[in-house]
Amino acid sequence: MSADIVIVGAAETDEVGRLPNHSVFQLHLESARNALADAGLTKDDIDGVATVGTPGPVQVAHALGVTPAWLDGTSVGGTSFLFHVRHAVAAIRAGMCHTVLITHGESGRSRIGAARPPFGPDSIIGQFEMPYGIMGPATMFTLTALRYMKETGLTHEQLASVAVAQRRWSSRTPRAAMRDLVTVEDVLASRLVAYPFHLLECCLVTDGGGALIVTSRERAEALGTRRPPVYVLGSGESAESPIISQMEDFTTSRSFRLSSQAAFAEAKITHDDVDHLMIYDAFAHVPIYGLEDMGFVGRGEAGAFIEEGHTSPGGRLPMNTNGGGLSYTHTGMYGMFAMQESIRQLRGEAAAQVPGVELGVVLGNGGMFMSAATLVLANRRP
Amino acid sequence: MSTDQPAKPAPRSTPETQPFWDGTAAGELRVQRCRACSRHYFYPRPICPHCGAADVEWVTTTGRATLYSYVINHRPAPGFAGDGPYAIAVVELEEGVRMMTNIVNTEITPENLRLDMPLRVVFEPRGDVRVPLFEPVPEPAGGNAR
Repeated sequence: MSADIVIVGAAETDEVGRLPNHSVFQLHLESARNALADAGLTKDDIDGVATVGTPGPVQVAHALGVTPAWLDGTSVGGTSFLFHVRHAVAAIRAGMCHTVLITHGESGRSRIGAARPPFGPDSIIGQFEMPYGIMGPATMFTLTALRYMKETGLTHEQLASVAVAQRRWSSRTPRAAMRDLVTVEDVLASRLVAYPFHLLECCLVTDGGGALIVTSRERAEALGTRRPPVYVLGSGESAESPIISQMEDFTTSRSFRLSSQAAFAEAKITHDDVDHLMIYDAFAHVPIYGLEDMGFVGRGEAGAFIEEGHTSPGGRLPMNTNGGGLSYTHTGMYGMFAMQESIRQLRGEAAAQVPGVELGVVLGNGGMFMSAATLVLANRRP
Repeated sequence: MSTDQPAKPAPRSTPETQPFWDGTAAGELRVQRCRACSRHYFYPRPICPHCGAADVEWVTTTGRATLYSYVINHRPAPGFAGDGPYAIAVVELEEGVRMMTNIVNTEITPENLRLDMPLRVVFEPRGDVRVPLFEPVPEPAGGNAR
């Protein structure tokens, strides 16, 4: 019988949005401090640190005065922080460490203290994608959509309805960057960024951060943490192609499928058990792939499912209830914020709280369908 | 500082990709094929991703492809500002592999760019190398693509 692993601290930076006076490093440290305060712990309670490559776990640990017994620098795109949770669960169960701090900070909009993309003209992407005028994720992540539309019949209106549904949630979320309700017509009238994607079908670009603290239930009880624990019931991870053009099938994500299958199996849950869902939404088509690849709906059904309001307030599968990357915030590596909203919902403290949430699922995407991780979280013991 | 338009990005080869770029310089589109399992693959690398064999060879493709998917980009990358909205596409070669490219020598509109339409390779000078781009294959008069 494996030990129960719980998230006992979860917090974002004081503000998210446009923060020109915060460096990436400062955003990490502010979110770490806030998560420690949320848990009622101090830095001396932490013996494991995980974060992505820049600034990396060594610098975060050093700055906080933590002496780590365990480090994880897994850096596989915006879902990396879900990988860190999964890896922390395994490390704590294995006795490698007892309490792990996971931090995210990114100056996606203001670019203060931010790393530059490391891709040179002799990298794989530099040789086989950059010569064709790619211009960030808006020209790569989006490339799969027309193929999906041709094969499934997804309409432009249904794609736009993803943004409409998420505004219904963000309109109830004071911290969200974009809170005005929009219609399908508004979305389709916003300027084209990369056909078939309009501006309102593309994520925001913001500054912010968040952090989590993961430990065993036993230790949380011994430490007397302040907050209701959120149990990690299951997790899964996988990866596919480092460049979008080599994704096996443009209509389905293999790593969405595999990571969610693993997480559901470990947690021993079915789709009917899921009260609340977060699917990383860098662009409007990603939740459509997520709903199908995780098995919540059949192939080609997700567009109509969202259009009919089933993921909107009052719907049977509340999804992306902070407004998501499209309307809440998107620093570049959004996975941390998807987990934060899932935890808020499970604690009953979300701005747009769904009644009676006991079990939530988070699907994180990394890169452009490059990697994925899924977490099954609950506010009750397994 | 020069105020000229920046050049379009030019790839720089590595040892394992050099035969690909030697091919484009010679007006050929080459990909790798595994001698063990007879399957083609792309991007260049020394081990077959299908079966794991290292016994692989370079072959010259027919240069014929179909349009797998695309976007029409309205925010040009450096070097592309003079092109107007341009198609960043993924094409599927007759040999079964896919690659990113641009669609050229046709009007770049959704109506004009139909998925699965036939294409053929052309080459554009870029720095010291030539990059493979694709253009529509003219349909025979009175023919029906379907």
